[in-house]
Amino acid sequence: MSNVITLDENAESLVKIRDLHFQRGSKQIFRGIEMDLPRGQITTIMGPSGTGKTTLLKLIGGQLKPAKGSIEVDGQNVPKLSRSALYALRKRMGMLFQSGALLTDLTVFDNVAFPVREHTDLPESLVRHLVLMRLHAVGLRGARDLYPAELSGGMARRVALARALILDPTMIMYDEPFTGQDPISMGVLLDLIKTVNSALGLTSIIVSHDLHESMSISDYVVIVSDGVVVEAGTPEALRASESPWVQQFLQGKSDGPVPFQLEAPDYRDDLLGAKHG
Amino acid sequence: MVDLLQRFGRGWIGAFERFGRATLFLLQVIIGLPSLFGRGFLLVKQLYSTGVMTLLIILVSGLFVGMVLALQGYNSLVRFSAEEALGQFVALVLFRELAPVLTALLFAGRAGSAMTSEIGLMKATEQLAGLEMMAVDPYKRVYAPRLLAAFIAVPALTAMFGAVAILGGHLVGVEMLGVDAGAYWSQMQSEVSFRHDVLSGMLKALVFGFVICWIAIFEGADCIPTSEGVSSATTRTVVYSSLAVLGLDFVLTALMF
Repeated sequence: MSNVITLDENAESLVKIRDLHFQRGSKQIFRGIEMDLPRGQITTIMGPSGTGKTTLLKLIGGQLKPAKGSIEVDGQNVPKLSRSALYALRKRMGMLFQSGALLTDLTVFDNVAFPVREHTDLPESLVRHLVLMRLHAVGLRGARDLYPAELSGGMARRVALARALILDPTMIMYDEPFTGQDPISMGVLLDLIKTVNSALGLTSIIVSHDLHESMSISDYVVIVSDGVVVEAGTPEALRASESPWVQQFLQGKSDGPVPFQLEAPDYRDDLLGAKHG
Repeated sequence: MVDLLQRFGRGWIGAFERFGRATLFLLQVIIGLPSLFGRGFLLVKQLYSTGVMTLLIILVSGLFVGMVLALQGYNSLVRFSAEEALGQFVALVLFRELAPVLTALLFAGRAGSAMTSEIGLMKATEQLAGLEMMAVDPYKRVYAPRLLAAFIAVPALTAMFGAVAILGGHLVGVEMLGVDAGAYWSQMQSEVSFRHDVLSGMLKALVFGFVICWIAIFEGADCIPTSEGVSSATTRTVVYSSLAVLGLDFVLTALMF
């Protein structure tokens, strides 16, 4: 296909998305998205709020089914997989949810140990080592006995990251990992994502609004808007792009081809109408 | 008029569609039940939170229901000088009707609502999605243990409700109103059939436990993941399970007795 945005000609793709259509209610979220995400690299997906970036991660993870199109992960077409095959594939995927999605009735330690206890028969002493190592990596070894309700949003996301990494997945999807992090945690987190990606040969897909942070560690960036891929390439290529769309987005200008306002009736009419109504 | 008919039709189609989804949901939970072999701790945890935590309200209610039954029964029976039949009266009313029905209603209010809101909140806070993405099937990990726990807990709670209510009846009938203790127990022993009365009541309890839990977990899993969604799902659980218990009680009574 000629219009597919392939990020790296030489790299093998782990995720191949073709002609993806998805709608929620009457709103068309994706209108034929096509992309190849290279194995072993960090790819960031960006775009204005409400463009369906989180939805895209859920489609890749098989939590939502597309109206049309295919999503191949490691050669398997996710929407067509049987329940057992999908669960087998998910054992090799990690996902960091925006909210953390920690189990509230378990402590931090048990939350991180949860996937290991569910999927392996490792002795408890080994589980303890694994959990403490992952918690140490995210700086929260000291929080092992706390419950999720006692953590801040940023801490909860770091615990969730430790949990997502514990089974050494092939691919990991991060949904807004940098939100709510203080500058120190942010630096450690960026390092961690970069290090695990290169050391473990992971493929990382990041959805983020934190432009500078995510571009600093990404090998590739894909910008999605209005249901299609607008631009894709290395961070340097995007910075050098002459597209007014990309420049507006990267520089955060309110004026440009991307409307700041969601589609609405004329402002003046709306206010006057409210006065009379 | 056409609009009214359309709305009526849409409502019914919606209700049937939802019932269909609930049935498919139940089938998947039942398919997940064998996974509990070797993972007894999940069942024990649910037995504790649904069964043991409901015990206090069941025992207190049972005691009072037994006391009221004895008081009302005595007042009626004494007019015909038949107060010796009090034990039989209390036991029959309890085992055939009151113990299974009241236990089920209390269980729906205490444990059913808690199950729905817990599962609904797990959905709203993405914990269920998180489990799915960790390749942990919520049907096996979350729903199946709850269904089996309710299936075991409701008959057990019904038995305890009945036992405590009979003691409550004894307290009022024998200790306070002066019915002969020998008559109270012997009438009960001779006239209450274990198979026909006690086991039939237990069968009702099994059915009620199953239906309440089905409604509770389905409502939780199917709720709109917002605060209003969870609260209306919890309300629906209590309303639907109470109506289901009362309706099924009539059907089962008509079939059994």
